[in-house]
Parts: sequence; C-alpha cells; structure tokens
Amino acid sequence: MTMLAVEDLNVHYGVIHALKGISFQVKKGEIFTLLGSNGAGKTTTLKALSGLLPKTGGRVFFNGQDVTNTPSHTLPALGLVHVPEGRRIFAGLSVAENLLLGAYHRRDRAEIKADLESVYELFPRLAERRKQDAGSLSGGEQQMLAMGRGLMSKPQLLLLDEPSMGLAPILVEEIFRFIQEINKRSTTILLVEQNVHLALQVSHRACVLETGRIVTAGTAGEIAEDDRIQEIYLGVG
Amino acid sequence: MKNKLSILLTAVILLLIYTGVRLMESGGVLLPYHVQILSLCCINVILVVSLNLINGFTGQFSIGHAGFFAIGAYLSAYLTVKLQVPFVPALICGGILAGITGLAVGLPALRLRGDYLAIATLGFGEIIRVIILNTNAVGGARGFSGIPKYTTFGLAYLTAIITVVAIRNFVSSDYGRACLAVREDEIAAASLGVNSTYFKVLAFSLGAFFAGTAGALFSHYLQYMAPTPSQIGFLKSIDILIMLVLGGLGSITGSIVAAVVLTVLPEFLRGFAEYRMVIYPILLIAVMIYRPAGLLAGREFSLDSLLNLFKGARTRVDHS
Repeated sequence: MTMLAVEDLNVHYGVIHALKGISFQVKKGEIFTLLGSNGAGKTTTLKALSGLLPKTGGRVFFNGQDVTNTPSHTLPALGLVHVPEGRRIFAGLSVAENLLLGAYHRRDRAEIKADLESVYELFPRLAERRKQDAGSLSGGEQQMLAMGRGLMSKPQLLLLDEPSMGLAPILVEEIFRFIQEINKRSTTILLVEQNVHLALQVSHRACVLETGRIVTAGTAGEIAEDDRIQEIYLGVG
Repeated sequence: MKNKLSILLTAVILLLIYTGVRLMESGGVLLPYHVQILSLCCINVILVVSLNLINGFTGQFSIGHAGFFAIGAYLSAYLTVKLQVPFVPALICGGILAGITGLAVGLPALRLRGDYLAIATLGFGEIIRVIILNTNAVGGARGFSGIPKYTTFGLAYLTAIITVVAIRNFVSSDYGRACLAVREDEIAAASLGVNSTYFKVLAFSLGAFFAGTAGALFSHYLQYMAPTPSQIGFLKSIDILIMLVLGGLGSITGSIVAAVVLTVLPEFLRGFAEYRMVIYPILLIAVMIYRPAGLLAGREFSLDSLLNLFKGARTRVDHS
C-alpha cells in the first residue's frame, strides 16, 4: 500500500531550480532512502514535503489525501512528521519537555504517557537525563532526542534528515539500529543519508538524486550494485 | 505540579503581606508615601511580568510595552473622567483595547525577528505617544489632569496577583510550552505542529492586555498623565526592559524581585540627590557582570521546592 506519493515535485530557490520534477512512492512499513551527493536536493525534498519550503509544482499525496498545500504545522496531526537536519532540539528546555512538545498536537493524555515511557525504553539514555537541559546532551544523545521527539508525534511516516550527521562512527551504527527498531514498531521511514553503505543496509528501497533529478531507483540491493553509486560517491568514471 | 498545600500556603502568605501593610499603615509605621511606593511596585510587577511573557518566554524582543501601557492609562482615564464609568470596568476596557491593539500590531510586526522586531515595536510605541500628544480629548500636549484617585494599594496588589497567577499558569500549560518551543527554535516547533505565528501573536496580545491594565492603575494612581517619553514613551519601555533583564528573562520570580527592587531603590537613593544617577547605573552594571543572565537566571522560586527541601524529599516530583 502506498503511503506517500510524490508526483513531479518542483522547488525553486529564487531563480535556482533545485528540484526538477521528481516522483517517487513510499510504501507502508518500509524504509525508503533518498541518496545523493551534496546539493542533489535531498534535504530540499524533505523540507518541501513537510511544507517548510514552498513547492513550485507537482503534487503530494499522503494516505491518498492531497497534502500539497497543507500548512506544515498541521501535518504532524495527520501522521507525517519531519525530524529536521541538524537535530534542532530545544536546547533551553529539559529532555522531558522536548519529548512532550513532540506530542504537542495530541490530546490523549494517557497514551502520551505510555508513549513517553516507550521512548524512554527505546532510548534509556534519555530516561537517565530527563530533567537535564537538552543543550547539555552529547551529539548522539541529541539525535536520539530529536528522533524520540519525532516519535512522540505518533507518526505514520517519519522523515529523517541525516540522522548520522556529525556523529562518531560507533554512534552512527547505534543510530541506524534505532532506525530499524523504530521501523519494526510499524513506523514507515523516509530517510535522507550521506552514509550510503549503512543506509542501504537498513533500507528496503532507495533512489538516487543528482542535481534535482532522480537518476536511479530500486530496491536497496539493486542500488548497492549500481555503478552510478560508485560514480556519484566515489567519483569513479 | 498541583501541590494543594503550597497553593494554600502561598495564599496565606499573600494575605499576611496585605494585612501587614494595612496594619502598619493604620499604626503609622508606613506613611501614605510608603504605601504609594508599594502600589507603584505592584504596577511595575504587572508591567515586567507581562513583558516577560513576550520577551522572556516567547522570545520576541519587544520594546514597545509603554505603548500598551499608555493605551490602558488614557482609555481608562477617559472613561472614568468623561463618561463616569466605574473604575474596574474602565480598567478592564483599557486592558482589552491594549490587547486588541497588540493583536493588530503583532500580526504584521511578529513576522520580523530580533533587531527588526525591536525597531518596529519601538516605532509603534512612539506612534501611540504621538497620537496621544495630538488628541485634544485626552488633553493633548498639556497632559490629562483631573483623574480621580481610584487606585488603592489593595486593588493594585490584587491585579498584580491575578496577573502573576494568570501568566504563570499560561507558561506552565501546553500553550506555554509551545511558546517556549517557538523561542528555542521556530522551525523545529513548526515541524512538531506548533503554529508559531499563532503563539507569538497570542503571547504578544496577552502581554499587551496586562500592560493595559497596569496603565489604567497608573493613571488613577498618579492622577495626571503627560505624553512625555519618560512616562509613556520609549524611556518607559526601556525602564520596564531593564527591570526584566535584571530579574532574568524567563523567570517570573525574577521579574517580581527586580520590579520591586528597582522601584524602591530610586526612592531610597533620593537622599543622595545628585549621586542617585551614579549609584543606580553602577548597581545595574554590577548585576550584569556578576549575574549576566539576571538575578534569577530563568529559574523560579516556589514554595514547592522549599517544601520539598524541608521534607528532604528524595523522590522528586516527575515533570510530566
């Protein structure tokens, strides 16, 4: 079943044509990864999907509903949640307050409490630091907090933008384990990653962006075999 | 944390302060002059706490607070003097008009950030002052005189308590948490479903409403309003801002302490006449050096924490 359908999406930054009509579909229950080198338009795609950037063409359907022009702040209530690049946690607030803000649009208090506990269970390190200022967390913990905060929104589809950015290799592997764990708990994930190797290991399907166009798409296994990947990331050929 | 005991204790303490002041007043310990200063303290507490909601909790740097103060002061005075409206409805009307103006100004102005918002709000404050300066119905440049003295210590005290309780409850509600999210990171807030414009405008109008009530109390306290920068213009806004920064952005307790200290201090320094304007800034500079985030630096003082300290309670109450 298709959860997210993107049709001919276009985005401009002023005169620069950043996304030149991309189309892809994310199926329910999978991890779908957008790959591409710097400036290919991966982050732009996520920002456009979550309404943080205006779209200049194309349509977006979420669970069959047209969300092309839905304002960004109403999307979490529909189940489409964006964990933005660079974590963007609320540094001056405590870990618990950050997580509760994730449940901002929800009114089911009992379930919010249960979800808070399950986030703490998934990330025990956040539980230890629940009273601490979020700004005092390490980079890896901040990423866990950003993901936990996203989960508190009760997403059906989680847009994850470069969760491994700026983290030590050992933490990167941990973050990817969490991504798989979140997916197993029936959350569909649209992932943007620079770490091609790990991203393809955890995801089901992927597509490769190059200067605002999709150049290849397929299952994670097919993409891993693709020569273009070598070309784009290693500069071979 | 709904600790009934601490709510009760707070109420008792507040009542004791009030009866204490009243007893000392009738016993001659406090002269009418002292009670006047205490009323002024209450008015300034309202102003600083309401500005804290905008600047401290929602992070929108506004320096036009005197504009809302002026609207409340003049409208309520006009109502009581020219239309013989009783004081309390006039006070509420002053607050409401200030709140509506806050809405009208906030919608376009809050698209701006940082320095630009500061300049826009500063400009707004001056526009209000110039409008008043040129309105004959409220005395124009001659000032508005003959305002009856309706503001008693009890009324100012009660309004200050209502303001503090209302803003404290707002800040610790889901709405308040959304305001904090907007202050910390607007994009992240939007990605969680927080409509940042809505909360900025809401906090701004709510702050403006309370500033309006403070204005109404002030005009019926001083009985004369002059459209000068130091009374309703940018100097007044800066005064409020100094109190806020000194107490610490984001701390209601800090705002109360700073408002009281900075209202009482100049009065004490009256005896030193010309040295007053030397000592006052030196104190401010000292605070900024040794407590750069303000006296309370975003922390709150509450009876809850004091009670927990007494009990030696090891189990800290869960924040959720």
